[in-house]
Amino acid sequence: MSLKSGAPTSPPQERSGNSQPTLGCFCGVVSMWNMPLLAVTVVGHDRPGIVAEVTEAVSEVGGNLEDSSMTLLRGHFAMTLIADVPAGPEPLRVRLVDLAREDLSVSILALPQEPTGESGLLARLSVHGADRPGIVSTATATVARYGGNIVDLATRLGSEMYVLIAEVIFPANTDLVKINDELATVMNPLGVQASLQPDDEDLF
Amino acid sequence: MATRSFDVDQFGTGAVLPVVTAPNPMLSTSCQPVSPTAAKTIQLAADLVATMAVSPGCVGLAANQLGADARVFSLDVTGHPKARTVHGALVLVNPEVVSASRKERAREGCMSVPDFTGDVRRASRLIIAGYLPGTGEPVEIETNAFEARAFLHELDHIDGLLFLDRVAGAHAIHPRQTYQ
Repeated sequence: MSLKSGAPTSPPQERSGNSQPTLGCFCGVVSMWNMPLLAVTVVGHDRPGIVAEVTEAVSEVGGNLEDSSMTLLRGHFAMTLIADVPAGPEPLRVRLVDLAREDLSVSILALPQEPTGESGLLARLSVHGADRPGIVSTATATVARYGGNIVDLATRLGSEMYVLIAEVIFPANTDLVKINDELATVMNPLGVQASLQPDDEDLF
Repeated sequence: MATRSFDVDQFGTGAVLPVVTAPNPMLSTSCQPVSPTAAKTIQLAADLVATMAVSPGCVGLAANQLGADARVFSLDVTGHPKARTVHGALVLVNPEVVSASRKERAREGCMSVPDFTGDVRRASRLIIAGYLPGTGEPVEIETNAFEARAFLHELDHIDGLLFLDRVAGAHAIHPRQTYQ
């Protein structure tokens, strides 16, 4: 196992001597002491208890779990959590070494604080059709051309169907009809349907 | 179907009160039934209407959001673009669902949960019964779409439930957008 602590501006370090991502390792630890948040990513073979073990480790090193997201992707455990860990990444790395010896890839990355709660026009992008290369890139490139920022995305491959659902925030007053027309133009040749609908929030 | 209008002006001047926000335990506690004709209930109705009226975008407010342990809420979806049936401004005491059907999913925010919104499935066809404050007249209201959702959101409040308790899945909680 190769563990590296990078310079403050270094990208995440890959496992030394192996250009292929390998399960059962720390893919990288980037230490930036002026950055208060740590992103912990765990990917690999699923089993009961992984979430409990990772979050217990965060708690034991005095960290406070903030946002997190976990799901199974084609049966693989995939979790990213953001934690405020005043002690920095090293104690957490030490605490997660045992987990990284399993069929799990663990990485820790220091992050700056970012603002939350974007403003704009919220819309839901739905794409579905027979699977083929280019569906996600084509749909999301169209969204990006209109300044749409994807804030949540999930794709699922069934036996024959491919489905994409994304939450997108566009600049206020964006013309969704125009984007829908362009989505039809670029997606229909791929044999998939795409639609963009307003998904605004109602305050009660 | 109730078609009469509910004259909220009869309650006189209510006080604009601060809205309780989570994690205040008031919001997680089921409220107690109250007498619809009691002076305290009538004053609460006026306070709910007054506070709702000065809260931008707010279409409903439950008693425990103002710190009162009472099965009372106010509601007014007038002018909302998603509303179909609209009963105007009203206050309902000791409400109960008579029937609810045709669940639909939509994203909700709440004055008591300022940081988040959530996708919630709720009935889009609803019959709800209750009593009017002041007269104590029993009413049964049949409604749909957005007004039905608003009724159910407020009813949840007085049952000690937030929309967070009903979100449709682990990825159905979102940071609330900032309004400009």
